[in-house]
Amino acid sequence: MAEPVERQVLRRLTPSDEEIVINFGPQHPSTHGVIDFVTQTNGEIIRRSIPDIGYLHRGLEKIGEAVGYPGYMPFTDRIDYLAAMLANEGYAMAVERLLKLEVPPRAKYLRAIAGELCRISSHWVAVGSMAADIGASTPLTHALREREAINDLLEELCGARLTFNYARIGGVSFDAPEGWREKVLRYLDHLDSYIQEWDRLISLNEIYVKRLAKVAVISREKAIAYGLCGPNLRASGISWDTRRDLAYGAYPEFKFDVPVGEGKMGVKGDCWDRYAVRVLEMLESSKIIRQALAKLPEGEIMAKVARKPKPEAGEAIGRVESARGEMCYYVVSDGSENAYRVRVRTGSFMAMGIIEEMSQGLMIADLIALIASFDIVAPEIDR
Amino acid sequence: MKITTALDSTSLTRRYPKTALATTLFFMLALPFLLYVVLLLMLPFNRPEALNAVAQRLGWDLGHSLYRDTWYGVILLVEGTVVALYAAVFAGVTTWVERRIAGRMQSRIGPNRPGVFGFMSWVADAFKMLFKEDLIPAEADRLLFRAAPYFSMVGLTLPFVVLPFGESVVVADLNVGVFYLTATSAFIVVGILVSGWASNSKWALFGAVRGAAQVVSYEIPAGIAIMVPVMMAGTLSMQGIIRAQGGLPWQWFACQNPAAFVAFFISVTASLAEGNRTPFDLPEAESELVAGYHAEYSGFRIALFLMVEWANMWIMGALAVTLFLGGWQIPFVSVEMINQTRGTEVFPTLLWFGWQLVSLLVFAVKTWLLVILFIWLRWTLPRVRVDQMMALCWKYLVPGAFACFIFTLFWVMVPASVHLVSGVVLSAGVALLLVKFALRTRKNIAQVKGASVDLSNW
Repeated sequence: MAEPVERQVLRRLTPSDEEIVINFGPQHPSTHGVIDFVTQTNGEIIRRSIPDIGYLHRGLEKIGEAVGYPGYMPFTDRIDYLAAMLANEGYAMAVERLLKLEVPPRAKYLRAIAGELCRISSHWVAVGSMAADIGASTPLTHALREREAINDLLEELCGARLTFNYARIGGVSFDAPEGWREKVLRYLDHLDSYIQEWDRLISLNEIYVKRLAKVAVISREKAIAYGLCGPNLRASGISWDTRRDLAYGAYPEFKFDVPVGEGKMGVKGDCWDRYAVRVLEMLESSKIIRQALAKLPEGEIMAKVARKPKPEAGEAIGRVESARGEMCYYVVSDGSENAYRVRVRTGSFMAMGIIEEMSQGLMIADLIALIASFDIVAPEIDR
Repeated sequence: MKITTALDSTSLTRRYPKTALATTLFFMLALPFLLYVVLLLMLPFNRPEALNAVAQRLGWDLGHSLYRDTWYGVILLVEGTVVALYAAVFAGVTTWVERRIAGRMQSRIGPNRPGVFGFMSWVADAFKMLFKEDLIPAEADRLLFRAAPYFSMVGLTLPFVVLPFGESVVVADLNVGVFYLTATSAFIVVGILVSGWASNSKWALFGAVRGAAQVVSYEIPAGIAIMVPVMMAGTLSMQGIIRAQGGLPWQWFACQNPAAFVAFFISVTASLAEGNRTPFDLPEAESELVAGYHAEYSGFRIALFLMVEWANMWIMGALAVTLFLGGWQIPFVSVEMINQTRGTEVFPTLLWFGWQLVSLLVFAVKTWLLVILFIWLRWTLPRVRVDQMMALCWKYLVPGAFACFIFTLFWVMVPASVHLVSGVVLSAGVALLLVKFALRTRKNIAQVKGASVDLSNW
């Protein structure tokens, strides 16, 4: 029998007499789910911290081989419950490529609007819980209040508040209800002015900046070498955004900036940059939604799809820019009703690799800042 | 038939609104009032001679009694119990105040179910804590684990001996009062250290070591900053320091001497750190150390730790008010005026008791304002890191406190007219800052549009 993972991790740690090994997790307020950071420390200074993942493994990829193509959609919600819209979209795109389907333009736009709303809501949780991890609990509740408003909007759109199951293979499940457009616009107006208050509340708070600036700096080269993606990659100064550079769905028709880390408060690629990139991205998402709502075409929201689609044998990839970085679905078909393989690559998982190297020499509080700055969602790591 | 669930906590308040109102009023007004009245009536007589005189007046010669010292001890014990009760009730009420303020700041409601305004939640919490299992981890050092909360309790209750409540309302006006207070409040860190070690948990140990390092470090700037008013008053006695100040802002030490103004902030910062309040709550940093030194505690023992933490806010506030903000001094009423109303009888006149009550209220209001400031800070600021906490102490506060100390050495030599001028200038400056703060707040509220005070769910 193979050696248990925990023992494999522990074997790699060789604490001296002065040092102790301490488990950050699996139950810990700041690990954002069930992850264990096995940490060797000398007092407050960390020698090395190894993430021990797998506590939340539910075999979601294997389930994809059993439930049929449309039946897998609700499971994608559970991969990233904070940005379920984007997870839906990625899977739908992969299967649509297998089926060689063309999605109606209105559905593409609705996916973009719902996806960007979901990105804002996910980023609210990210920046709020980051502030909470640094020790300020007030911003978290304010962020959750903002997220509630988006949850209300998305509930009106698709009936769910967390696991949306909104995208369908070939389109989306519901059209936007009457009056929804105005509500979204009203929220976006609120968001644009609220971000200023948010910055005064926490982003520019002296203690907060001092806690995050110049902490756990990830250089450009390191970010690429470890395969970071999404906001974590952009914070290191690399302008790569799947929405812009791969231009899927309705995104080629929108104009938006891709915020990158500039080292405004310290060094490029520090924790504050990873935080600030997310705040700025919310404003960019707001721009995208405004454009999409202005240009929203009329028409069908679903393409013609068989109830139990049987794509030809082959493979396809759906890449979307999720809130936690590039989310990539790899689906292989053998010509039957069920997929032969479903594999998912997620942003949180990619962020796990760099933690061991980055944690060396950090302080305990900095490790918390580092983990929080990656905006990890545990089920996305383990799937 | 109407079915109500037995566990519905709202139903009691809703079903018996009058009982709920009465209970709330009792706990909100009658209980503190009772304590204050007992303090007011007992403490002025708390010298042996005064006690003897009172006993004689009642037809009982305590002075020649065989058990005189025993009786005196018993009375002191009663007084001690009352003051300790005051600490406990204050801690309870403050949890409610803090939770309501936090609720408002965090754009949520906060506890509003038990009793009117949810005021009874602290009583409910206390009962809940009492009934919880008192769990001791299997690998813990049982004796030390059980003893640790009591060390903290001792550190909390002993300072109350010298803390003034009003003009004559103080348990004991020691001539080394300030020194005694700083010395005894350091007991709290013994509790923290013992609990962290005895829990046999790495998180608790981290919290304890952080706590020890933090409290011991911050005692130094706090101690030096405290020397500033001590020098200005020329005494270590708490009451003596207050008597050296006056009732009006420019007669307070903080506004009289620029160095004392700085020392006030140093002292408050240091006492925040000693009291483990945000932004210095490192020993129990939830997001880092789970719960820090009291991670393994439950039931009554954690209630003691939490009580120490909250009641400590009264000590922090009262110390700052005593040393820098004029204590119980009533504006336009001098100590001599109060003393004149006392009369020559054993029992002072009613008017004298009235002035005592006013001074008591002045002191309580000032202290409460500071306590609310501490609460406000806690729900606004993030936590500093360990090295930043140490750097702040040793690089800024200690040299700053020393500079204030040396400045004050020369300050006490300048004539009193200079004190008055600088007092008026400094208090005008503080008033200006407050106005500026209010304007800024208004501007911020106007910027977000539509932020309003919603009291509908009180």
